[in-house]
Amino acid sequence: MSAGATCGPLLCVRGLTKRYGHRIGCADVAFDLDPGEVLAIVGESGSGKSTLLSLIARDLAPDAGTVRYRLRDGTLADLAALSEAERRHLMRTDWGFIRQDAAQGLRMGVSAGGNVGERLMGVGARHYGRIRSTAAEWLGKVEIAADRIDDPPKAFSGGMRQRLQIARNLVTGPRLVLMDEPTSGLDVSVQARLLDLIRRLVAELGLAVVIVTHDLAVARLLSHRMIVMRGGRVIESGLTDQVLDDPAEPYTQLLVASVLAA
Amino acid sequence: MIPLIAFEDVAKRFTLHLRGGLVLPVVDSVSLSVDPGECVVLGGPSGAGKSSLLRMASGNYRCDRGAIRVRDGDRVVDVATAPPREILDLRRRVIASVSQFLRVIPRVGARAVVEAAGREGGLAPQEAARRAAELLARLNLPERLWDLPPATFSGGEQQRVNIARGLVADKPLLLLDEPTASLDAQNRAVVVALIRERQAAGAGILGIFHDADVREAVATRIVDVTRFRAQAAA
Amino acid sequence: MSDEGHRGDARLPGHETDITPSPEPHARTEDLPAEPAPEPGTGYNFAYLDEGTKRMIRRAILKAIAIPGYQVPFASREMPMPYGWGTGGVQVTAAILGRSDVLKVIDQGSDDTTNAVSIRAFFARTAGVAVTTRTAEATVIQTRHRIPERPLAEGQVLVYQVPIPEPLRFLEPRETETRQLHALAEYGLMHVKLYEDIARHGHIATTYAYPVEVAGRYVMDPSPTPKFDNPKMDDCPALQLFGAGREKRIYAVPPHTRVRSLDFEDHPFRVQHFAEPCALCAARGVYLDEVLLDDAGRRMFVCSDTDHCEERRAAGHRGEGA
Repeated sequence: MSAGATCGPLLCVRGLTKRYGHRIGCADVAFDLDPGEVLAIVGESGSGKSTLLSLIARDLAPDAGTVRYRLRDGTLADLAALSEAERRHLMRTDWGFIRQDAAQGLRMGVSAGGNVGERLMGVGARHYGRIRSTAAEWLGKVEIAADRIDDPPKAFSGGMRQRLQIARNLVTGPRLVLMDEPTSGLDVSVQARLLDLIRRLVAELGLAVVIVTHDLAVARLLSHRMIVMRGGRVIESGLTDQVLDDPAEPYTQLLVASVLAA
Repeated sequence: MIPLIAFEDVAKRFTLHLRGGLVLPVVDSVSLSVDPGECVVLGGPSGAGKSSLLRMASGNYRCDRGAIRVRDGDRVVDVATAPPREILDLRRRVIASVSQFLRVIPRVGARAVVEAAGREGGLAPQEAARRAAELLARLNLPERLWDLPPATFSGGEQQRVNIARGLVADKPLLLLDEPTASLDAQNRAVVVALIRERQAAGAGILGIFHDADVREAVATRIVDVTRFRAQAAA
Repeated sequence: MSDEGHRGDARLPGHETDITPSPEPHARTEDLPAEPAPEPGTGYNFAYLDEGTKRMIRRAILKAIAIPGYQVPFASREMPMPYGWGTGGVQVTAAILGRSDVLKVIDQGSDDTTNAVSIRAFFARTAGVAVTTRTAEATVIQTRHRIPERPLAEGQVLVYQVPIPEPLRFLEPRETETRQLHALAEYGLMHVKLYEDIARHGHIATTYAYPVEVAGRYVMDPSPTPKFDNPKMDDCPALQLFGAGREKRIYAVPPHTRVRSLDFEDHPFRVQHFAEPCALCAARGVYLDEVLLDDAGRRMFVCSDTDHCEERRAAGHRGEGA
């Protein structure tokens, strides 16, 4: 884990706001994320945490606020000021997005190798042998057997699909990965394996991560800091273990108390 | 001498919103410091706020008032007000916490848990591996368990992994919350020896030891926490 | 835009509203009976479509020529034939056809399949233009699935019938997204398709509708022509127009445009190779069809381009099966 204090934050979010008519999706959210830092966004369904993630990725356009990202040349760029081409290039090289629904994050009819290789081909790789060996290497890192490289994710279990999504996203060496409930809907034992894999890769690669989860145990295991959202607003934030063990806000206390053992 | 940790007029209380905003005072007016080479033991009955003080020292609990100054080389960081990433940084390099319970990480072997803590604490990978093995051996953890995840271990075995994890790197400040609670006499003696070695090396220790033998063996000073007892809110 | 404006370097054949004198009509080939020209008052405009529609299609064509390989939307009309029978190609042909043009229609290389015969008859009746089977004589060639073996010449127009114009469709079903990918020239996905081929078959097994990059910019589906014909598209002196009726898209490759088939460094593009020559005309280096001769499974390989084969046989070439 890099301290990151020398080069400043990787991601700066300020005043991020999105309304759906009269309903608030997300209101005035602000935070910084350092390189190598894992930030969990927790809250119930409808708290605005997924909206926030979509705003950061600019899948949604905000009504107000900015998302700035430190490019590899050190400049802090406002994502809204980048051209569509630049933004998309950034998203498929320097960013990753692990979706809750693997069908949204993967090409279900394309082989595992093709899924991992897509980003490489997207940035100009044109040597089949090298693309394939890089894909094989990454499948190994996410614990998918080498002989499954030509199988499509349709034939994979839920846990394998999520691991494949991780390989597909990490193959270009991104510095920032957004994760939207990556472990929900999986069996507990499968969840544990996936969490451990994410935890290990994040530490090894020094990834900065914004992870949206309703599962406080996931937040505890993976994140350094967390943000608690309710009704589209941030109501509490801080060190993950501090927020979980000494929650200040009534809602956070309720959230923590509602969990069996976080 | 600049103390390794100094509580200055620290107060803490819990507000239980789920119980109608009930306020539970924990401690008040805490002033207390630990110098290098000292082992300060917190005394007092359970519920007096001993564990809370340790948790505040590591930033796990917030403070309502006051400062908790932790020495980090030439500078001093106030844990009560420091931003999260500074506290995380202190935990990596300065503060070693050992609690009664090991928070288990699924699927990671005991040795790997300890090695990782060593690397995070600034040891070279080889040195971390060497020390991890040495500590686990000294703590009599059977070698056949080293590469197994501690989730399946007994309480005593888990606690020894926890101690090894806390002590593997040379951190200057040790926060020990009943580290010997579920250990037998032989292993308690090992822990006492380890603590003394760190003391001799200039580390400062702030700890809770329920066991009288251990307390006698390591304490340079005992602070009765009941004197920090907070008054119930009006 | 004035009608004269349609005449450029990339020759669009004249049409009936031309005010410039038409060149001498080409001689009709003798083996095809001449269809009667439509009488005024038969109820059909020249080449079936009304002038407004033809003008709209011509505008789309001009735009397509200006942006090689880019799919231009157009207001595709209902044609008196079902989708899948070449309604896109027919509309393009109708829009560019002039009275002096000579039309050839081929389907899988052949001039005498149902599809080819009916489209040829359609234009012979509604436009009264000369029709031919000879590649060399035609000014407009509408095709499904082949490019003639005889090299095309300047001034000729090849009109392709296109079922699915979007090369990225099978990997990315969202039209909004594929448009975005074209706009930003993000074509990694196209290589994913080729990657899948190699992973599955050991080589690029796509043998038709093999994706090409046009003029170094847009990736284009060359319609279901065999990849054997892809090299003919490159630097072709003729104008190539593509019409997709159901999907309402027109695209184009202007004369002498670079058309490159996509591939990998370690799996370069290759065309099919036929071990035997044509059984009828002994031609080598041409695209062959397999013809079953009887129920016992006897078969032979003959030129898919029937005109080319006939021409060679007329010139005295004889294959083993002739």
